Formats: sequence, structure tokens, C-alpha cells
Amino acid sequence: MAQMNMIQAIRSALDVVMDKDPNIVILGEDVGYFGGVFRCTDGLQRKFGEHRVIDAPIAEGGIIGTAIGMGVNGLRPVAEIQFADYIYPGFDQVVSELARLRYRTAGDLTSPVTIRTPCGGGIRGGQTHSQSPEGIFTHISGIKTVMPSNPYDAKGLLISSIESDDPIIFFEPKRIYNGPFDGDPDKAAVSWASHPKGEVPGGYYTVPLGKADIVEPGDDLTIITYGTLVHVAQAAAKLTGFDAEIIDVRTLAPLDVSTLTDSVNKTGRCLIAHEATRFSGYGAELAATIQEHCFWNLEAPIERVAGWDTPYPHAFEWQYFPGQKRIAAGIRKVMEAG
Amino acid sequence: MSTRSRLHIPHPSARPGDTPDFSYLELSPAGAVDKPPIDVRVRDIDHLSHGLVRVLDDEHKAVGPWNPNFEARELQVALRWIMLTRIFDERMQQIQRQGRISFYIQSLGEEAISIAQGMALRPGDMCFPHYRNQGLYLYRGCKLVDLMCQCLSNTRDMCKGRQMPIMYHSKDANMFSISGNLGTQYPHAVGWAMASAIKGEDHIAASWVGDGSTAEADFHHAVTFAAVYQAPVILNIINNQWAISTFQGFAGGERRPFAARGLGLGIPGIRVDGNDLLAVYAVTVWAADRARRGGGPTIIEHVTYRGAAHSTSDDPTKYRPKDEWDAFPLGDPLLRLKNHLISEGHWSEKQHAALEKELRADVLNAWKEAQKSGTMTEGPYLDPATMFDDVYAETPEHLEIQRKQMLALED
Repeated sequence: MAQMNMIQAIRSALDVVMDKDPNIVILGEDVGYFGGVFRCTDGLQRKFGEHRVIDAPIAEGGIIGTAIGMGVNGLRPVAEIQFADYIYPGFDQVVSELARLRYRTAGDLTSPVTIRTPCGGGIRGGQTHSQSPEGIFTHISGIKTVMPSNPYDAKGLLISSIESDDPIIFFEPKRIYNGPFDGDPDKAAVSWASHPKGEVPGGYYTVPLGKADIVEPGDDLTIITYGTLVHVAQAAAKLTGFDAEIIDVRTLAPLDVSTLTDSVNKTGRCLIAHEATRFSGYGAELAATIQEHCFWNLEAPIERVAGWDTPYPHAFEWQYFPGQKRIAAGIRKVMEAG
Repeated sequence: MSTRSRLHIPHPSARPGDTPDFSYLELSPAGAVDKPPIDVRVRDIDHLSHGLVRVLDDEHKAVGPWNPNFEARELQVALRWIMLTRIFDERMQQIQRQGRISFYIQSLGEEAISIAQGMALRPGDMCFPHYRNQGLYLYRGCKLVDLMCQCLSNTRDMCKGRQMPIMYHSKDANMFSISGNLGTQYPHAVGWAMASAIKGEDHIAASWVGDGSTAEADFHHAVTFAAVYQAPVILNIINNQWAISTFQGFAGGERRPFAARGLGLGIPGIRVDGNDLLAVYAVTVWAADRARRGGGPTIIEHVTYRGAAHSTSDDPTKYRPKDEWDAFPLGDPLLRLKNHLISEGHWSEKQHAALEKELRADVLNAWKEAQKSGTMTEGPYLDPATMFDDVYAETPEHLEIQRKQMLALED
């Protein structure tokens, strides 16, 4: 076991699988010589060479489009989109090509591309370096959408993603690259060193796709969340004193429905939290699923805490970010209803 | 020049009722364009993107440095494939008009491109076609009956009923899947070619788009990546003069030939007579040899004419002169090859008529065979339960649930 932050864990995942499988290649802007703007691929080009860790032109559609072709030709490409906010020029390639190829060819042609991309706010990135577009991707059949909340899961889930024969959109919440973030921007930054999930095996292991994780067991209510907000929700629950069962979804699609519904059927109360905008957001799907499976056990309306339905404003980052106070208020509302 | 800016709206040279006018097409006489060695410096062959490589002259003779010097037998076989493609199209068009398939796209007038390039490429090369490459599917080994079954979405459909007609694929023939979103296959071809080079193989990739689709971002992504990594790929632009109702000017073809699209990136461009099988074959072999030996990508613009409607969904008499194809200076690729063979003494009208009869029978037999696997109105039918397969490598729980829900309603 080693202490790793999320960046080191992701790099370790790439290193381990590239050692194992010569068909794995990395493609993206600044990923090669420089090692990525967030350093996730640092040192990999030196180790694996320029033909396996490839610096790409500034063209996200080209990165995803060529990665698909590489995948059809037997490689297992890991494409990096520097910020999730930059993924839209490649959106058609994801929706119309990557996600559909297996289906439209009845399984004859496939391309196991993994797209890694940092998402989320809290780094003063303004509206073009802070978005959480996961809900757009969970709406597309044929791809799987993953978002880890800690180094251990990041490495295990990334290895599973790269080895999966399905295309994967792998979101990395960049606010927690260096340490867990409880939503209080005024507190000193915390590193992963003191967090149990910062303990990461150096070698090969996997965390299965399609399985949610019960981060904290509890009886009063269920908080369903993922990414950065897992840590914010934990702090918010402490603030309220309620005994919350906190679930980290981890694989957003396909969803591990039973882990979520078993929990809500037990607690009878449910809060859903995500950083992405609320309207038509991923939380709406979660709420509908919970309603469908847990209606007769619900003691209060399902509460959603999410980013406001505005672009991510640079100057009002912390008013926008669904921090401890907003989640705590949501918890109280769920607990006081009914 | 004017004293103020102006918005230029491109207009074709003729609309319905006008006399067809192809004076905008710059043509070179057959044999006039030089053939450089494949290791030529790219900057020294810019002129190939503005000339027009032609081998068959107006007297039906094969002339000039690009003449591939085919044996008569090879050309007879090529003619057979072109004829088969045309007869297949004719039959499928008719079948669509009878309401027996939902949609069709003919390749009338463009058949020589698919066949010539099929002949020039190797089986191990990977093709990323567009929707008017049916000749290439046939040439590379796809059976008539299998293409028909795809159009019927029947039990023998390679796509299991998931794609509209003509969106074929064949893993065995190294033919990629056709997408309705235009130009998306172009970067796939470049990525495939990059992978081939990464793996140290000498297979190359080839892709095709229409003149209209060169406006898509994917086109530009593809040529950029192809240039940057010198990918072993042939990027074909089929300039058939028309997108649907917009002519090639709406893709920016008014002032510079499409073959010149890659010059700024250092990709050589060759403009070729797309209705001349010999010329298309020769430039494709040149580009393929170059790609296979590390020379990188080539853009080939095939100057041709879309002889039929864009698809069964549009009526071309609404947007272009009825007799425009008759006036097209590069003629009909089938007739040109036929006349060449006849003028060389290797073919006759009698042989031609006999072959046509034989191929019509083949197509008709294939259609009879295809219908045995089901039609739109008569079984056998595909099992609707299969629509939940192949979304993912393994079917996840929520799709199994939806499959059961759907089947419950079927009972």
C-alpha cells in the first residue's frame, strides 16, 4: 500500500494497465511530453514512448474520432479531454459513433475507448473549467458513465473502465484531485494522506463498474451523491447530527439501483446531491428511480440539492457550489417533513 | 472591388429550366497531367490538386503516364462490377418505389470510383465508406443478397434491424459501418490508420465523403490528424457536384478545388476524373503505395456527377436541370469503360447485352433469395427481443427489465 492522491492513483492505474496490455494507448492534449495539465500522465511517455502516449492537436472531436478508429483496429485507447467543458466538439462522435457502433453493427465492430476528463468546480475555473456534464452522458445508451470520489476507487474504477469492452466516460472531479474537500473553501486544504481511501495498492486491482458504495451506514436518511459532494455530504450530515446513510453512486450509468433503493426502503427518507445544474439533471433520474421503487416507504418528499440552473459564475463560485450549508438545509428539510 | 462588404450567396450554374452549364469545371485533356514518383516533395505537386488526372481520352483510348496498362480481362471484370452495381441500384430503387423497402440511395454515375478503388486496395486495408459506396461493398465480397437483407431489416440483416437501408457493414470485408451523420467516419479512418502504423503493420485505411460533407468539422479534424501523424490513409472526396439541393459551392468549392483542401497542411491532393476507372485506379495505387511506405496521407478529389436523386426522398428536378447529367463533360463511367473495351476490340455490344442479361438475372435471384429471410410485410421476422442486445458487451439489468416489459406487451 502507498499513500496516493487521486492524480497519482490515476497515473498508477494507467501505468499498471499499460504494462499489462501493449494495445493500450493514451491520446490527448498535453498528455505526452508535459504529462497533462493536471499531471495525470506525467512520466508515462518517457516510460512507454511517443507511440503509446500521444500528444494530440487541439481538437477534441479529432481526439475522440481518431480514438474510435484506433479502437476498431484493435487498440484500447484512453483519450483525455483536458476539461469536461471541452468535450462538446467531440459530442457527436460520442453519441452517434462511439456509443452506437456495437449496436448498429450487431456486435461486429466495436471500439473500447475510455474518455477521461476532469470535471466540477471549486477551482475558480469559471464557466468553462467547472462544469459537471455527466447527466448529458448518462442519457446516452451504449456508454457507461463513471465518477470516482477518492484515490482508491479512482484507480480501481479506471482499470475496470479501460479493460471494459464498452466505451466509458470517466469523470474526474478535479477539486478532489489533491485531497478530500468538505465544501468549506475557507478551511486549509486537506491532503489524501490522512484519508483511508488515500491508501492505494501499487499494483493491479479493480473496483467493479456498476456498483455503488455505502460510504457511511446510517438509519435516519439516505444521501445519494457522487464525486466531490460525497465529502461535502459527510460534513453536512455531521453538522446536522442526523445519522445519514451516504451512498457514493460511482458508476452513474448503468445504475446500481438495488443498493440505492434498499437503503431508502430502510431509512424512508432521501436526499440527492450533485454539483451539476438541477433541471433535467442526473438527480432527476435518481429521484424518479427512488420514487418508483420506494414510494410506499417514503416518509418525506425526495429532496434534491444541486448547482443552480445558471452557468458556473466565476465570482460567485461558493454561492453556486452546493456546499455544506445547502446540503445541511436539505437534510433538515427531509428530516422535518412528514 | 466595391466600397463596402458584401454577402456572397453561392448559386449553381443552372437551375430547373436553365440550360446545363459546366463551364465552371476546369478540365485537363487525358494524359496531360504528369505522374510524379511517390517520394516526391509535397510542395512540388500542388498542381495535381488543380489539374485533372485522366487516362481515357475522347477517342476511348487509354493514354498518358497514369495509364495502368490493364489486361483486357481485368477491364472486363471491372466493367462487370460497375454494371452489377448499377443493376443492383436500379432494382433496389424500383423495390423502394414499390414500398417494399423504406429508403434507398443509388450510386448512378459514381460506380467507377468504388470499383476502381476496390481494385487498387488490398483486402487487409480498411475502408470507411460513405452512403454511395455500395460498389465497394460488392467488390470486396459482400453478397447482393446480404445487402438486400440489410435493406429489408429481415432475419438475415447483418445489422439485426438496427439501421435504415443502405447502412451496411462487413467485418470480413473490412468495410466499416455507414453512419447517417455525415463525415463522422473520416477521423475513424485516420485513427485506424494511426493504429496500423503504431502496430507496425502495412495496412492502410481509406475513407470517402461527398463534397458537401467536407464542411463538417470531422473532415477538418481528420485531415489535421492525418497530416500531423502522417497517417497511412487515403481521404477521398467524391465531388458529384450536388449535396441534396445545394451545389458544391455551399461546401466552399467555388474558388479552389476540393483536392486542394489539404495543401495548407502539407497533404498532397490529386484531382481525378471520377468517371474514368483507369485514372481512379492509378491515382489510388499511387496514394496507397505512398501511404504504405511511410509517405502519409493523400487527398483524392473525384470529379463526378450524381446521376440520380440524392436519395429516394428527394426529387432532383425541383433543384437542377433535368438533362444536366447528359451535359456533364466527363460522361458516364460505365459507357466510357465499355467504349474503351470495344474500341480496343475486347468487347462487343452482343457481349454487353449478354452480360447485362446475366447480371439482371443474378440480381433478381438475389432478391428472391433475400425475401425468403423476410420482408416488411411477410415473415420470418426478427425477434423484437433482440433489440436490447448489443447496446453493451453484456446486457445490464435495466435493459433486461425493459426487454421483459416490452415482451409482456407483445403477448
